[in-house]
Amino acid sequence: MLKSKLEELQKSALNVRERIIRMSGNGGCFIGASLSCADIILFLYKEYLNISLNKLTDPKRDYFFLSKGHDVPAMYGTFVEIGWLEEYRLNNHLKTNDYIYWHPNRNIPGVEFHSGSLGHNLSVAMGVAYDCKIKKQKNKIVIMVGDGELNEGSMWEAMLVASAYKLDNLLIVVDRNKFQANMKTEDLIPINPLQKKFEAFGLKAKSINGHNFQEMEKVFSKFPFTKEKPSVVIAETIRGKGLPSIEKRADRWFVNFKEDEIEMLIKELHGSRKTKLKSETIVAR
Amino acid sequence: MTYEDLIFDLIKKDDRFIIMTSENRSAMRNITSKIKNNFIDVGIAEQTLIGMSAGLALRGRIPIVHALATFLTMRAFEFIRTDIGIANLSVKIVGAVPGFLSDANGPTHQAIEDVSIMRGIPNVNVFCPADEDDMLQCLPAIFADISPFYIRYNNTKPLIEHSNYEIGKAEVFGEGRDVAILVYGFLFSEAFKAKKILESKGITVRLINIRTPKPVDETAVLKAINECKLVVTLEDHFITGGLFSILAEILLRNKKTANVLPFALMNKWFKPALLNDVLEYEGFTAEKISLAISNRLIADSQ
Repeated sequence: MLKSKLEELQKSALNVRERIIRMSGNGGCFIGASLSCADIILFLYKEYLNISLNKLTDPKRDYFFLSKGHDVPAMYGTFVEIGWLEEYRLNNHLKTNDYIYWHPNRNIPGVEFHSGSLGHNLSVAMGVAYDCKIKKQKNKIVIMVGDGELNEGSMWEAMLVASAYKLDNLLIVVDRNKFQANMKTEDLIPINPLQKKFEAFGLKAKSINGHNFQEMEKVFSKFPFTKEKPSVVIAETIRGKGLPSIEKRADRWFVNFKEDEIEMLIKELHGSRKTKLKSETIVAR
Repeated sequence: MTYEDLIFDLIKKDDRFIIMTSENRSAMRNITSKIKNNFIDVGIAEQTLIGMSAGLALRGRIPIVHALATFLTMRAFEFIRTDIGIANLSVKIVGAVPGFLSDANGPTHQAIEDVSIMRGIPNVNVFCPADEDDMLQCLPAIFADISPFYIRYNNTKPLIEHSNYEIGKAEVFGEGRDVAILVYGFLFSEAFKAKKILESKGITVRLINIRTPKPVDETAVLKAINECKLVVTLEDHFITGGLFSILAEILLRNKKTANVLPFALMNKWFKPALLNDVLEYEGFTAEKISLAISNRLIADSQ
């Protein structure tokens, strides 16, 4: 990856993170998971997926499903970055005059499908992948899932079927931030060894650092990893990435920060010292 | 003409249709190899079945999905509600052996709340054919409709030939004013025989084959309420949420009341046995229905 390209992505990622932080006030948002997958979502839209707003009706375009819907601030932050959504609309977060709330809504152009209930979008994406495959199209069907979401039986049920139908146009990206709502995944329902589990279900999986754009470029370019098998990228990420004061903390899942905290967090994002957060944590959906 | 012939012809004419099942092939056994890519069997995985159908519908396909009615509407309920209902996608959901048709399988297989829970989902309509002929009469219109539909599959042999179908219109037999029997699905045949028995006793009967509990033919129902002394609801379904509830909703909406005799399953699963024995045991034969109706009319007149 060219140095200039890398710098541009890093700068864009900061912009996306700023937008996520701004959405964490006035009602709040799921900040931890939004920050963990922000780099991947940005990379996919800017560098990888063949989708543009004026091509949404083109059946040969790529598809991207956000299955772990509570990280939608990362997606909308990216949509602003690539010019799909006007910046001011993020101020409508949680307001009745728009469709921007805690989970994705299809009225926002570019949102492929609504999510929020975990374990749904994989089978939906497979329906799309099946249709593209039998039409011998070359497009990619990419889906972002959470590691906590892998508790859902419907995920594993769907993977068996994806393997049976040899959906090698399907790419599952796991935001492996090692947390689910209130707990570390390995302290609640351990899912390791994850790569072996995927491979036992007939998929081909690779691990990457989910905050490293060069690694993303290298690994995503190898898709499909194996002919006739769905591919999986296990993106090792950090919950709350970019804000040391909330990184890797179980209690910073859903937050509703005050104005002054948000301003301090944005400074922290740009390298200032850790923010002394006073807001109570909300550990409830 | 069978259901299988109908869906086979449909696919030949319109490639958008795609037949899906979670390993319940009884309604398509002889065509699966002929329709190739227009056929998907996901194995015993109802949630994946519904999720994939939503994805195919996003691509402009019209999936017709099949599974046993209980597992389809209940195991996969939240998928139907969330992926098909919220998105309002044109998926046709076909539930096999609904109601009494699960005969000796036992309560795990008894879909007798399916009409209630499917009609409770915004955008999702419900079709309960009286028999094979009724099903084949109505399905072309339902498959051509853009709404999601839940279909209570019923290939039992018809007693009569049914009339043409228009979405949301009931099929009315007779203009009797003593009793109106409202019925959907498989029990239509018993109701038809009960009508004959009652008429032989000099009781005038109006029989209404509801066809689609949603959208329901409110005009036909209101006319029956206004003109008949007794209104009977007959369904192989729990009393809650089915035809009896639909009638109650129509009455309330129109500030009316009526003299109603419901035949439904009262807060219990039915005795598993061969179909005719189930009807006998649970009191849903034409003889038992007609007897209860004539007794009620006598009691009402005293």
